[in-house]
Amino acid sequence: MDRRTFLTAGLGLGTLCVAGSVQAAWPKEAFEAQESNALIDMLASSKPAPSDAITITAPDIAENGAVVPISVSTTLEDVTRISIVVEQNPLPLTSTYDLTADSVPYVSTRVKMLKTSNVVALVEAGGKSYSGVREVKVTIGGCGG
Amino acid sequence: MHLNRREFLSVMVAASAAGILPYRGARAADALYDLPSFGNVRILHFTDCHAQLLPVYFREPDTNLGFGPAQGRPPHLVGQAFLDHFGLNAGSAEAHALTYLDFPSLAEKYGKVGGFAHLSTLISRLREAAGANRTLLLDGGDTWQGSATAMWSQGADMVEACNRLGVDVMTGHWEFTYGEEALRANLAQSEAEFVAQNVFLTEEALFDERPAFDEETGHAFQPYTLRDVGGVQVAVIGQAFPYTPVANPRRFVPDWNYGIQEAALQTLVGEIRARHNPSLVLLLSHNGMDVDLKLASRVSGLDAIFGGHTHDGVPAAIKVKNPGGMTLATNAGSNGKFLGVMDFQVKQGRMADARYRLLPVFSSMLPPDPEMQNWIDQARFPHLETLNQPLAVAGQTLYRRGNFNGTFDQVICEALLEHYDAEVALSPGFRWGTSVLPGETLTMEHVLAQTAITYPETYMNEMSGEQIKLILEDVADNLFNLDPYRQQGGDMVRVAGIEYSLDPTAPIGDRLRDLRTRDGKALDPKRRYKVTGWGVVGSVAPGPPVWDIVKNWLLSQKEVNLSTLNQPRLLNVGNNPGIGL
Repeated sequence: MDRRTFLTAGLGLGTLCVAGSVQAAWPKEAFEAQESNALIDMLASSKPAPSDAITITAPDIAENGAVVPISVSTTLEDVTRISIVVEQNPLPLTSTYDLTADSVPYVSTRVKMLKTSNVVALVEAGGKSYSGVREVKVTIGGCGG
Repeated sequence: MHLNRREFLSVMVAASAAGILPYRGARAADALYDLPSFGNVRILHFTDCHAQLLPVYFREPDTNLGFGPAQGRPPHLVGQAFLDHFGLNAGSAEAHALTYLDFPSLAEKYGKVGGFAHLSTLISRLREAAGANRTLLLDGGDTWQGSATAMWSQGADMVEACNRLGVDVMTGHWEFTYGEEALRANLAQSEAEFVAQNVFLTEEALFDERPAFDEETGHAFQPYTLRDVGGVQVAVIGQAFPYTPVANPRRFVPDWNYGIQEAALQTLVGEIRARHNPSLVLLLSHNGMDVDLKLASRVSGLDAIFGGHTHDGVPAAIKVKNPGGMTLATNAGSNGKFLGVMDFQVKQGRMADARYRLLPVFSSMLPPDPEMQNWIDQARFPHLETLNQPLAVAGQTLYRRGNFNGTFDQVICEALLEHYDAEVALSPGFRWGTSVLPGETLTMEHVLAQTAITYPETYMNEMSGEQIKLILEDVADNLFNLDPYRQQGGDMVRVAGIEYSLDPTAPIGDRLRDLRTRDGKALDPKRRYKVTGWGVVGSVAPGPPVWDIVKNWLLSQKEVNLSTLNQPRLLNVGNNPGIGL
């Protein structure tokens, strides 16, 4: 049995222990919104200011649209929440992270992308909203030189 | 074979007397290949030879469009604009090597190009001139793929050829399409160091403890090597083709992530300079020239980039400014046609000056290295019957390279259309594939030089007009996206059975206009069409390999004379110097 199979076998047990503890502030409406501007209005405490202090790390061209690695970090102070929005997805809000006061403002996830889209990182910091944006291209591939 | 200069000249004289050099004698070869002595480190670089062990013909593109900042600058110049930019005389040997102008007649005059036995002679000559210990030979990749014998040996014949050539460092692209097992078996036999800073194990592969060069960093291969070149410390960083699992099937490299990895590269350059303090830091790149030019403007600390992938024969090193100073960017063409020669003057542990030449490898001016030629002949001997099978006579020049359909692509598409009785044929916009002169007999070897890949299977599917347009739009964006980091470095997908207009300057989704089928009717987005093709990336297609279909079609023709060439009507290209016809 390799390491991954072994851990999968043990995982069922672990899931039981954490269930129910993380659902406190679930922004249901934002996750179900189909339009990115609308959901950003729901999540943001103010009109998001474009910020160079937000870094989105993502491939220029996705190797596989089904699992696109996205990381967001920021040098902004007092970050309380980071959300990742894929504008062109049918349900644009992919995830939102509530951070405690001592957290390093860095999150990393993998998202599914239907097609080429802007990825927006929405950051709540010091009671204000900020945003960063980066385009990720999704292609059908082929025809390499 | 290691010839000193006098021996070399006597061989040249003998060759000339024996009539091997019919058009240009040893003196012409000297004029081309005797470089003024300069500097203390000589870097020799070839790239994208696509496994062409023997001399070939290769027609350079008549269309190589660039837009935005890329418009009107190398490599997006063709024909007369190219000659004017670099101050070359029309009809000269170099003009012939670098442009399509007057192609079939100048090809007859100057003869074939490349060939490993001829390349070996040239490399020996340049090594001897600089001092062998002051020389490093770099191979930019796409070396193990492109010929029948390379495909049948899964690249092993090219590993042997490169060992004999004395390659010191290499990186890769098509090398990956044999899969990890064959790649690692080849690397075990290779005397070159394989470097790639931008290939990482996936998280799953790391977790499963798959082989890695460095488990901490996740690098699948060593990212760089340090070489002592005549007492000068030289770092060579590898940059494999960043979009290998996008442009080629993911299934061959399931455990690896690629990408340009600009930030990782910048960090690595800083670490190498801080830890080893080398005099030169070089990037051996398979990015493609447009990507290299952008990267050179953003990453600091590289002295030079030795680039490939886009098959651009650019006879000068381009100086690119960046926050840390300046980087030289080069691209050394394809198919063994060229050898790049960079002579560095290193003083007080830093690059002080450099001279670059892109030498065309004219087989008629360089006697073959007999040892290499013997080995090539032996390697090919068991396959000669298959390779030399005559199929038809070329009634016109057959070639591939260019942004849109070449004549050989049209042959492939027509063969597919007929075999499947389809309405539309699609064929990948590869940039490799050798040329055939009018009157030459087309052999199976020619066909395999256009098609020898590890995913040659064909298909016939029904697709809606909307889906067909979507595919064409997607590929056009890989070619004409204004951001080089979002290009993949191939050409436009080749088509038959369909005509279209193309505005390369429009955004994705709006570039293709006025699509029509062969009968002149507008392509109906809702109607379903019978579409055939090959080189499928996402899955294994069910039909026979494309070379069998092309072979049978050629056998059915006595002479190849195409009545159509499905090139698009171009909109908004104005007087772009990237188009010559």
